[in-house]
Parts: sequence; C-alpha cells; structure tokens
Amino acid sequence: MIERTPLLNVTTYIVLCIGALMVFIPLWLVFVGATLTVREINIPELHLIPGNHLFENLSAAWERGHLGERLTNSLIMSLGVATGKVAMSAITAFGLVYFRFPGRMLIFWLIFITLMLPLEVRIVPTYAVAANALWPFQSILDATGISGIIASLTGIQLALEWNLLNSYTGLILPLIATATGTFLYRQFFLTVPDELLEAARMDGAGPFRFLTEFLIPLSRANMAALFTIMFLYAWNQYLWPLLATPDRAGFGTTAVVELKMLAPNVSTTGGGTPDWNVAMAGCLIVMLPPLLLVAFMQRYFVRGLIATEK
Amino acid sequence: MEKRATFSNASIGVLFVAPQILLVFTFFYWPTGAALFWAFTLERPWGGGNEWVGLDNFRQVFADRAYWASITRSLVFAGATTFLAMGFGLLLAVACDRGLKFYQGFRTVFVWPYAVVAPAAALAFRFIFAPDAGIFSALVKSNPEFWNPAQNGYHAMVMVIVCYSWKYAAYCFIFFLAALQAIPRSVIEASAMDGAGVLRRVRDIQLPLITPTFFFLLVISITDSFQDSFSIVDVMTDGGPAKATEFMVYKIYFDGFRGLDYSGAAAQSIVLMFLMIVLTFFQFRFIERRIHYS
Repeated sequence: MIERTPLLNVTTYIVLCIGALMVFIPLWLVFVGATLTVREINIPELHLIPGNHLFENLSAAWERGHLGERLTNSLIMSLGVATGKVAMSAITAFGLVYFRFPGRMLIFWLIFITLMLPLEVRIVPTYAVAANALWPFQSILDATGISGIIASLTGIQLALEWNLLNSYTGLILPLIATATGTFLYRQFFLTVPDELLEAARMDGAGPFRFLTEFLIPLSRANMAALFTIMFLYAWNQYLWPLLATPDRAGFGTTAVVELKMLAPNVSTTGGGTPDWNVAMAGCLIVMLPPLLLVAFMQRYFVRGLIATEK
Repeated sequence: MEKRATFSNASIGVLFVAPQILLVFTFFYWPTGAALFWAFTLERPWGGGNEWVGLDNFRQVFADRAYWASITRSLVFAGATTFLAMGFGLLLAVACDRGLKFYQGFRTVFVWPYAVVAPAAALAFRFIFAPDAGIFSALVKSNPEFWNPAQNGYHAMVMVIVCYSWKYAAYCFIFFLAALQAIPRSVIEASAMDGAGVLRRVRDIQLPLITPTFFFLLVISITDSFQDSFSIVDVMTDGGPAKATEFMVYKIYFDGFRGLDYSGAAAQSIVLMFLMIVLTFFQFRFIERRIHYS
C-alpha cells in the first residue's frame, strides 16, 4: 500500500531501532565481558569496547565447565527428545485418526489432558518415578495381589527396579510424555484427503506402508517444525536435568545446568575477584547452538511454535 | 472431524497408540496421582507406609505465611512480566507489520531473545546487573546503597523481572506478528480507502482483530511465568535474598528436595495444578468462545 506518512515512518523506525538495541545491548555486554581479563572486567565502569582475551576465556570456561562433555550430553538429550517426540506423535496420531477401536475418544482425552500440567508442577513424584521407573507397575502388582501370588507360587519376592537417574533415558522419557505434537500431527492427518487412503489401499498398501510411504513424506514440513521446537525445548530444560543427574562426577549433566556452576560466587572464587569474564565466555558457548539453529531454521521455528501452541 | 476411510484392523491401531499411553501413564498420570496421594497423607516417621491425614497438609500449607508470600510474589512477577513482555511484543509487532523497508531484518533480530537459553540469559543479566562489574558499577562505587540485588529484595525482583521479560517479549512478538499478518490485506485496504490513517487502522481494525491472540498470550504468559521462572530464579538469586524471589515452583522444589517434606511439596503442587487448570479452563471456556471473529 502506498501512503505518505513521513512522520509516522520515522517514529516506526525509532521504535524498531530501540527494540533492536534492547536485544543487542545485553548480548553485546556478554560478548565484551568474555573478551576482558579478570582485572579489566572488575574495573567499575561500563565496558563497551572488547578486549583481546576472548579465546583464553573460552578455553578456560570450556575446561572449568567440562563443556565438551556437557554439550555432548545436551546434544544427545535434545536429539533424543526431538526424534522421540516426532516419532511418537506421528504414530499416536496415526493410530487415533486412521483406526476405529473402542475407547478411542477416551484415549484422545487422556492424552489431551497432559497438555495442561507441565513437568514443573509434578516434579517431586516424577523424580520418584525416574528413580524407579517400574514403581508404578510394582505398586499395581502389589495392590492387585499378583505379586503375592507369584511369591507363594515360586518363592520369588517381586522387586522390580529400573533406575533412570543419571541416564539419557531418564533425561529423555519424561520430556516426551506430553501431547505437544500429537495434535499437530492429528490436525495434519485430518487434512489429508480420504481418496489417498482409498487409492493406497486399492494398490494393496497396509497401515505400515501407508504411514511410511505416504504420510511421512507428506508431513516433512511439519516434521521439521516440530523437530526444531522440540530440540530447543529440550536444550532449554533446566529443572529436570538438574534433578535427574545427581551424579555430577560420573554421568555429568547438561551444559545448561552447568552454567550456574560457572557463575562466580564465594565458594568458587574463594573470596577472590569474581571472574565474570570466564562466566560470560561459558555463557556465549552455551547460547550459541540454539541461536544458530533458530537462525538457520527460522521459518520452521516460527511455524512450529505457532502450530504446537495453538 | 472424523475420517471416512479407515483401516479395518483395530488391534493394529491400538498398537500404534500403546507406546504413548504407556509413557503418559508412567510419567504423567502416575506422578500426578502420587502427588494427590501424598497431599492427603503423611509418611510415618519410622517407615511403614503413609497415613491418611485428610486436609491437614493443605491446612498446614495455607496457615504458613511464607506460602502466601510466595503466592503473592508469583502473582506480582506474573503481572509485571506479562505486562512488559506483551507490551513490548505488541509494540514491536505493530511496528514490524507496517512492512517498511528492512523490516525482515528487524523481525529476525526480535526473535533472537527467545532462542537464548533462559539460564544463559539469567547468567548474562546477573553479570549486567552485578554491582561490582556490571552497568551500575560506576554508580555503585559512589553510592553502595544504589544497587545491590544480593542484599536488597526489591532489586533482586526487578532484575529477575527484567531478564524474564527480555526473553518472553520475543515470544509475544512472534505470536502478535503472526496474528497481524493473518489479517486479510483487503480489510486493511478497504479501511484505508475509507480514509482511515495508519493509527486509526491499528486502533479500530488490527487490534480488535487480534484479540483472540491477545487473550491466548495473556493466559499463556501467566501460566508460563509460574513454571519457566524457575531456571532464571535459580541461576540469578537462588530464591533470595531472604526469599524475596522465591516463587511457587521454587518453593515446591526447595521444600520437596532440600527440606524433604514430600507431603507439603505435594500439597503445594496440587494447589498450583488447580490454579493452572482453572486458568486453562477459563481460556477454553470463556475467552475462546466470547472472542471469535472467524
């Protein structure tokens, strides 16, 4: 539309520039902080000009935070959650849309309800389940008396145990157990014309064939969007990895959880000068992977964000 | 909506759904049930299972002044961050939606904060607001009272709010811009023909048309601020100083894992769950129904 509104255009640009500055200034301060020496950064003034110690600080942060190991953990966890979520959502939605079985609507609602309560609000019992993933089943067997029967018949006292703490499985599974994505796929499958299934069936394709050779290739864009969102979601997780990886010396933890250990406090510096430069270098390293992902996948990211939340 | 054509073998369909059901049962319904059970029971001190205590845990939680304080703080935090994040998000989205030259560049930049990991943003802002090294350090040197989030609860709260809003303004921006761009161009053009200027169109056409998004974001921002604030609080302040930034989820974590008071933490979880369900229900039932223009 062509309109002459010079005053308003200038105002708009001023608003946009202020917004951009508000995004940039904190990022710039972090970057500058990561380039200074301990002595420089503790001079009480505003630091706006970068120094030339970036690489020393990066390697110091890398070493102190065991970031190589931690980033690998983060990467495995995020890939696991994203892949698991995409696969799980696709097959669940497929089962719900393309089959008729008793209790289908009930299952639909049971899955739908999981959207309402995030992991954070049920964190304490989820931790207990992760400490022994077979606890629910043991309790059911105990309550129904089946374990009693087994004990009297075979003399074996049933004690199911599967500890998921300090393992990738434990990091990944609870994060997959929600309905985000299932609905995205359900919506998509519902828009696929019925004729496609009829034609495929006429050519002799069974359910597996139809899923793998028709639906999955058709949903490639959805898949990319969901994958991006879930990868970021998993990378961002804090509370769950914090609790699920108590063994910091052995299994370690994720890079995001490790960040807090880089923050200078009395116990790490021993009352010495706070080394914010190393903390900021670590901050840069951990920030970078998701920023790159979003920069390259922005289209999918925005699309996925809007589709999964609505 | 239902499919006309389906596969006939229902048992295979159940197999496709089974993994999700198993997962949701183990990691969602069982923990939620356990939270309910713990909330109404108390573990006997010498082992031997749990004892039914009815509403005692809730009575205890609600009698605790620290709990009410954490609710108040959570609400203040939710209100302030929602206002700031939605305000800035909307302003920037409207400015971007005008489609002036270079707006794509601005759009890309405005999405970035959402891609910054929350604890990294928290660490960054902790540095920026640090009295010994950050932006206020020069002012603090002459007047130590001026800024000290490690001692002053209000300062700590401001710091946490600024950090959270910085990140979530980007989130609101994404949704507002998508909603604005979904408005048919013909509507805008028709009103322009009728002589409505840019500001008039924003006020009378665009803002009313994005009300559904507005209320969606309102509810989401409030519920998200309850859960997503945890990492920022944990990295920036540890809930301090003197519990000045201890929000509801942080208190659940603290009481449950540091204090090992499972029943108290469970009762608090149930209260929080109830609050979230009410808000979500409110959104579905009233807001979605009342404000619909399609």
